[in-house]
Amino acid sequence: MLHNYYKPDGTPTQAHLAQRARWIALLARAPQDWLEARLGVMCEGNLEWLRPVETGLMMVQGRAGGSGQRFNLGEVSVTRCVLKPDALRTGCTQVGVAYVMGGNHRQAQLAAVADALLQEPTLYPHWSSVLIDPLTQMQTAQSHTKSAQAQSTRVEFFTVAREAGAGAHDEAQA
Amino acid sequence: MQALLKDLGRGFAQQAVCSQAVFRHVLSALSLPGRLQTLESDGALAGMQTPRAAHPAAAAVLLALLDQDCKLWLSEGFEHSDAAAWLRFHTGCVCVDNPAEADFCWVANGAELPPLHQLAQGSAEYPDLSATCIVQVEQLQVQCAAAQWTLRGPGIQGSTQLSVHGLSKDFAAQRNACQTHFPCGVDLLFTHGQTLVGLPRSTLIEG
Repeated sequence: MLHNYYKPDGTPTQAHLAQRARWIALLARAPQDWLEARLGVMCEGNLEWLRPVETGLMMVQGRAGGSGQRFNLGEVSVTRCVLKPDALRTGCTQVGVAYVMGGNHRQAQLAAVADALLQEPTLYPHWSSVLIDPLTQMQTAQSHTKSAQAQSTRVEFFTVAREAGAGAHDEAQA
Repeated sequence: MQALLKDLGRGFAQQAVCSQAVFRHVLSALSLPGRLQTLESDGALAGMQTPRAAHPAAAAVLLALLDQDCKLWLSEGFEHSDAAAWLRFHTGCVCVDNPAEADFCWVANGAELPPLHQLAQGSAEYPDLSATCIVQVEQLQVQCAAAQWTLRGPGIQGSTQLSVHGLSKDFAAQRNACQTHFPCGVDLLFTHGQTLVGLPRSTLIEG
């Protein structure tokens, strides 16, 4: 359970950080309407903003073939915020962080509230079943569909030998 | 000190407006040395949660001036404070252990100010690459009778009086020694509570 993931001094362990990184990534890709339907109420009341919503640019880097030299792919707009939800309304005293791609302030706010709720050990079981499980399924299905579409356009050049270890490997890295 | 995000205080309520207001005060403090500037509680400081051991004026000045390209050194007085975490979160600045590498030094009380000659003084080509010290002191008195120092220099008509309590005894001598390398040198801002006084490198201390 999640409460074992805190060390005696109250700091999170590596396992907890890794788990949190996974749900922050899930929430960052979740559509606004989907989050709004589940979390809209939780965003009301006295939110304490540690870092108000702001939009900026971030450089995205890629690697040629997934394993080559790093290069700058281009800039994307990213919206971020850090907040504490209303403790009375939500029963949560944690601080939520969100970084989402694009300029949607409301989406960032919803994702940050979700992150705060998931960090509260007593609330984790509920919100995990409402948010993490369905989002994992949704996004796994989406990525399957996408890679199936890409696979169907794959061209085999029979005159050129594929490099050893290429193929499935660079899909995973990309 | 390991600080958790949930224990960190808020920064400026409105980043752009508040940091500009504080910047204006810093500008005035450095262009009118020895004159007291007061940050209003209902202005830039409204809603700001100051870290432990920090004066509101000093915290606000650093919040307004620092960014991710700045190196900050904190004195021992902030060892048990969340000051470093608070500034790193809100400004993205980098904390350094050696005061000689720092662009900004935040000193919890006057006695902890490192010897001025150890700090970055800038070079003849780039005198701006010098350190700026924000020093929290026990008391600031301007234009008082029997003042510690008489100040002269640009921004002061004739002379002005200033007393700063809580600095080491040889501070004035250290600073005078630094001034032989002008335009290199160190700029200082003294704070107490919500007030601040500037002492740029161009100001001469007498007495």
